[in-house]
Amino acid sequence: MHLDPPATMPQRHTHSAGPLRADGSRRALRVGLGGPVGSGKTASVAALCRTLRDRWSIAVVTNDIYTREDAEYLLREAVLPPERITAVETGACPHTAIRDDISANLEAVEHLEETLHPLDLVLIESGGDNLTATFSKGLVDVQIFVIDVSSGDDIPRKGGPGITTADLLVVNKTDLAPHVGADLAAMAVDAERQRGDLPVVFTSLTSDDGIREVADWVTAHLSEWRVKAAV
Amino acid sequence: MSRAALLLLADGRFPAGGHAHSGGVEAAVAHGAVHDTESLEAFCLGRLHTTGLTMAGLAAAAAAGHDPLLLDDAADARTPVPALRAVARRLGRQMMRAARATFPSEDLELLAAERPRGAHQPLVLGLAARAAGLTALDAAYATAYENVSGPATAAVRLLSLDPLDASGLLARLSPDMDAVATAAARAADRVTTEGVDALPSASSPLLDIIGEQHAAWTVRLFAS
Repeated sequence: MHLDPPATMPQRHTHSAGPLRADGSRRALRVGLGGPVGSGKTASVAALCRTLRDRWSIAVVTNDIYTREDAEYLLREAVLPPERITAVETGACPHTAIRDDISANLEAVEHLEETLHPLDLVLIESGGDNLTATFSKGLVDVQIFVIDVSSGDDIPRKGGPGITTADLLVVNKTDLAPHVGADLAAMAVDAERQRGDLPVVFTSLTSDDGIREVADWVTAHLSEWRVKAAV
Repeated sequence: MSRAALLLLADGRFPAGGHAHSGGVEAAVAHGAVHDTESLEAFCLGRLHTTGLTMAGLAAAAAAGHDPLLLDDAADARTPVPALRAVARRLGRQMMRAARATFPSEDLELLAAERPRGAHQPLVLGLAARAAGLTALDAAYATAYENVSGPATAAVRLLSLDPLDASGLLARLSPDMDAVATAAARAADRVTTEGVDALPSASSPLLDIIGEQHAAWTVRLFAS
């Protein structure tokens, strides 16, 4: 066995948890968006891009179940220029690509950082998955879990790592609540019971500026991140 | 050496990006060539004795300490289609990230600096094995096993095969993996006197062709 002494092996390229890139410059804040199929992750990403793109330099990584579906939606909607959107293939296991083996996503993020430097914000959208899908801390700095009222107002009560531990829980499609008989107040109570002090935001992306609260939350984290990186 | 390190390196959960690749099975399933356990076994057997042998030879040679840059050129020469070269380098980059964090070594740092866009995956695996104190034969085993376990796992997902059938299939291929790993390690032994031409250069033209086609699909589950 001839393992080299760890002191001679800088760890800087093996993970990217620190706020600085290898050259000492500040890297972008990485925000993960996860949640079940159809809850509005891609629509949230699109709305965030439209709201924040004038102020910040943004890029997006999508993790499609079938390659490029979400990336192409974002391209069609022209929320960002094509070179700012990258799709990662997940081999039929979207949760693996954001949690257990994050290498392809890290590569995509780092490639965007290299080619679009300086970048302020990278949004990483998971493939539509189940309630247990969360992002590795090696991949994202903060994560948002997106559910919607039409999939059942008992979802917050069911919990799961996404609901209970995400830094922000977004309950989307509130405009549909009366049509599907969803009790928003009960959802809020259940969410608070599961999450304690962690924030919950109710959104309807069909209304003007419906993403505002989420965008403000991201902006607050971004500002904090920049302060930390400047120290 | 620690034999346990070999288990870590060969584990499908080793976070080096392999889970998103099917080793050609997704394309073979689309063509109807792989459609059940029996046809999957034939696919894996063919892959093991062609691409698998070639990759295992490269891994063994890297683990034995032969010049990884020469081996990288040798790997290019043994990978005729651009799509699969790109895949090999991409997986090499991802293996490099995992290997540097798991088995830090000067050899890995040097290769990472020389090939920032990635070296062929088998050599990176070979260097990782070397860093872990494993032998050339160990590296060949890890590569041979990965060559069939990856496609088998992918086929379980693509065809909803019984996973117990897939593990039975892998067990039946064990003697072939033994033979391939041993032949690869023996070839790596000869590199010192005969150069990299001593390494196996078996290929599977059909895997090459469908690999290149698969890269152009717009809808697919696996990256390759």
